Amino acid sequence: MTNKEPVAIVGIGQTHHVAARRDVSIAGLVREAAQRALTDAELTWADIDAVVIGKAPDFFEGVMMPELYLADALGAVGKPMLRVHTAGSVGGSTALVAANLVAGRVHGTVLTLAFEKQSESNAMWGLSLPIPFQQPLLAGAGGFFAPHVRAYMRRTGAPDTVGSLVAYKDRRNALKNPYAHLHEHDVTLEKVQASPMLWDPIRYSETCPSSDGACAMILTDRAGAARSPKPPAWMLGGAMRSEPTLFAGKDFVSPQAGKDCAADVYRQAGIADPRREIDAVEMYVPFSWYEPMWLENLGFADEGGGWKLTESGVTELDGDLPVNMSGGVLSTNPIGASGMIRFAEAALQVRGQAGEHQVDGARKVLGHAYGGGSQFFSMWLVGAEPPTR
Amino acid sequence: MAVAPQPDILKAPLVVEFPFTRSLGPVQAAFLSGLRHRTVLGVRTTDDRVLVPPVEYDPVTAAEIRDLVEVGDTGTVTTWAWNPAPRRGQPLDTPFAWVLVKLDGADTALLHALDATGPDAVHSGLRVRVRWAAERTGAITDIACFEPDDSTPEQIRPAPHTGEFEDGVTGIVAAARLDYTYSPGGAQSRYINALADNRTVGERCPSCRKVYVPPRGACPTCGVATTEQVEVGPAGTVTTYCIVNVKAKNLDIELPYVYAHIALDGADLALHGRIGGIPYDQVRMGLRVEPVWTEGGRYPDHYRPTGEPDADYDTYKELI
Amino acid sequence: MRPPIRDIAVVAFGQTDHRRTTEEQSEVEMLMPVLHQVLDATGLKTSDIGFTCSGSSDYLAGRAFSFTMALDGVGAWPPISESHVEMDGAWALYEAWTKLLTGDADTALVYSYGKSSPGSVRDVLTRQLDPYYVAPLWPDSVALAALQAQALIDAGHTDEPALAGVAARSRADAAGNPHAQLRGADVPHGDYVVQPLRTGDCPPIGDGAAAVILAAGDRARELCERPAWISGIDHRIEAHSLGVRDLTDSPSTRLAAENAGLFERPVDTAELHAPFSSQEVVLRKVLRLGDDVAVNPSGGALAANPVMAAGLIRIGEAAARIHRGESRRALAHATSGPCLQQNLVAVLEGRQGEDR
Repeated sequence: MTNKEPVAIVGIGQTHHVAARRDVSIAGLVREAAQRALTDAELTWADIDAVVIGKAPDFFEGVMMPELYLADALGAVGKPMLRVHTAGSVGGSTALVAANLVAGRVHGTVLTLAFEKQSESNAMWGLSLPIPFQQPLLAGAGGFFAPHVRAYMRRTGAPDTVGSLVAYKDRRNALKNPYAHLHEHDVTLEKVQASPMLWDPIRYSETCPSSDGACAMILTDRAGAARSPKPPAWMLGGAMRSEPTLFAGKDFVSPQAGKDCAADVYRQAGIADPRREIDAVEMYVPFSWYEPMWLENLGFADEGGGWKLTESGVTELDGDLPVNMSGGVLSTNPIGASGMIRFAEAALQVRGQAGEHQVDGARKVLGHAYGGGSQFFSMWLVGAEPPTR
Repeated sequence: MAVAPQPDILKAPLVVEFPFTRSLGPVQAAFLSGLRHRTVLGVRTTDDRVLVPPVEYDPVTAAEIRDLVEVGDTGTVTTWAWNPAPRRGQPLDTPFAWVLVKLDGADTALLHALDATGPDAVHSGLRVRVRWAAERTGAITDIACFEPDDSTPEQIRPAPHTGEFEDGVTGIVAAARLDYTYSPGGAQSRYINALADNRTVGERCPSCRKVYVPPRGACPTCGVATTEQVEVGPAGTVTTYCIVNVKAKNLDIELPYVYAHIALDGADLALHGRIGGIPYDQVRMGLRVEPVWTEGGRYPDHYRPTGEPDADYDTYKELI
Repeated sequence: MRPPIRDIAVVAFGQTDHRRTTEEQSEVEMLMPVLHQVLDATGLKTSDIGFTCSGSSDYLAGRAFSFTMALDGVGAWPPISESHVEMDGAWALYEAWTKLLTGDADTALVYSYGKSSPGSVRDVLTRQLDPYYVAPLWPDSVALAALQAQALIDAGHTDEPALAGVAARSRADAAGNPHAQLRGADVPHGDYVVQPLRTGDCPPIGDGAAAVILAAGDRARELCERPAWISGIDHRIEAHSLGVRDLTDSPSTRLAAENAGLFERPVDTAELHAPFSSQEVVLRKVLRLGDDVAVNPSGGALAANPVMAAGLIRIGEAAARIHRGESRRALAHATSGPCLQQNLVAVLEGRQGEDR
């Protein structure tokens, strides 16, 4: 066995996420996030050894392997460039691939970035290409996930208001995050609960928006962290887990891959009791009900206990286990970037740089992403102190 | 239990087509707006080279570059390739040369088409001139192509340009169509062919013995081929569902409707279908349903209640 | 570049027969036998593998998330540590190599597959190009390679008979490769597709898949009699626009080769991912390959070019030569993007004492 190099996050940047960035090219969009991360780290393009980029399906922008065209904008010319695609979890997976380059001592300082410019096409189209011989029954992701939400409600007896509580909380959190896409200043719980049912039991206000956006991070080794002008966040554990899309015995409500991924991260980080030892979570919640579902899947609550944590206010910004302080995917969803935003927001928290949505004293925060048919998971736990194991 | 026969292989066209809306950013917007006005812009790098077409970021230093300059519409071919059989979407529909052209005043070359009489009329070093499209919209196709020209190279230092034009564009619509022939492969062909006889035929994993419906060629947990065919259903149990209130494009189903996961009797996982023959708000988990086939339909049109008592939750909870 | 902190080797390689079409098989049906081949060769089961990584392209398949269905062939249950790159499988191997370096895993399964038969790959690849200035003109992959070939001819680096010679040698060598799609001395050189490139200068269009197993340290020695040790591997990218590049050179290949330690000692074998005959000319020059090096003994991409897998196959073929004792030190190269925009170089070595 080898001795892994500790990985520090010393630069974080994201775009102001909106429905359509008509003022920039795809290159301009990713550049903005990358430049902000470099500025945050007080580094230049010349300091970057390699670039690892991720996004969801190429059809979303209609550019095959767009990293080829983006090499110039990301200062990658003459450097290694890797392109990751693991469906919705890709933003998280991309960061983990970049982290391996540092942990494996291949490179000292790596730029990692994920993006989606959804306004170039229409995700509904990209997800629903007219494949012959398949019966078209649905379009978009909401209808795919709604039956699993119903199954969760049936399994746990959760009252049907829990989803609206999550949406109301995340939208209010987003008001404290200048980068969030949705800033619904007049949001009320009543409005969320009165919004139309799209895919019953999922209401309109309980779904994520379509965003243009990018997120970037600078990952570096101990030497790089020592030079960092601002306190770094340290990676204490990171893992990916995958299971098949559909299979006999699959638990869509609480997939085994998610449980295993979290267990691996906790093992690496020496976490025995996540509910007590982890201060906050940025989790991938594209539909509000996934907050209680993931609380259970990630071991913050026993089976059937997730909704009770949400309902009791534990996951509020001032609660005991804040979840999605940034407003989450429910407030911002540049699909390919959404996972990396979770990872980056977790790092912002332990660096004490989250601004108005900062959780006081956040020392260990989990970033979580998932994708495909609830089958691809990527997570990292970051801390304010370097790893001791 | 029959071993799967070699199926008639299914194939069908798959057209992937979309008009992508691309926002340009300042440099590309200036260049394409300029083309509309028969003006070719480049961008000057920090080390004083002129890139045409202009890009937003220096390919060498990664610096953001914004200093636009105007270059000539004549230039020199740096390399070429004769295209005897133009393809869909290419600039000319008669044989032409692909060329990289270094326009006068530029240090880099632009890719486009050259209208020439034949390969013998083309060589590197050939002088060429832009042939402007009659109708220009602010797109790279505003250059219809290049044509041979007898001008002499000009040693000019390109003059700065504001990049501002009347009726400037900020975006393009890039329509793209690709044609594929889709074939779903062996297992799915067997499944689809059986559906034509109104039978739902799954396949059993030789290792874990689970029955997959529809079969996808591999048992996803064991990673081995499924081969033994097993007819399942026709009836099954609704394991979970949602009520769809969102109209999907190209999908002619009246709203609201119920989209359900249905575990057919004998199958080890649920397939997806629409529930009909019952008010949408009376559908429930555990409802027993059966397929309703329509003439010529490849799939059951929908599933309707059988009238049996609902299945007990414990009998299907592992299939959710 | 720092030397790798862990010894990692290719211990098994498998590939399909590459064919013009595999319409009777879905992607997973095409891929799965190859996965079984490398697992059987090492005696490993999916659950023994520490990390899995694949490479493929949605655009080639014409479907979003096409890789999720291919995962069915792996048997990812219980859940596995797994990742995917939207790149040639050579880069999936690179990602897996970094994972093994961290010590988090001791073995990795790498696979990739591509079906070019469903679409028109010449046109599909135009979607890789600058979406504002170039993709709207639909310059196909042969046209771009032809521009590069003409630049090489103009610069005096090659001529059409020499290119025909590369093509003929590749197909003749492929006669010994049962998986190759185009093989033998009688493959016609044909007419111009885009002048100066003729049919024979272009790769065959076809479908195929490949898989590799990597293992670290002692695990590699347990799994393979003669592991093909990765003594160095690196990849580099260039600017995207053809008009800003010198098409007769490949600085990214040279840099990757330097970082992979290629020039420290001679190699006896080189598997180059040169889908067009003219690209071999560029690569031979920057990699400084003399006539004493066996270049593409498998026939290379001119004999079988399953897009997204052809680069991984170069690594696999080079490794297999070492496994068989036919090479001591071999170079493998993979490319991506128009006219060799992105290049990966791996140096593989057999070790003394592991010789037969």
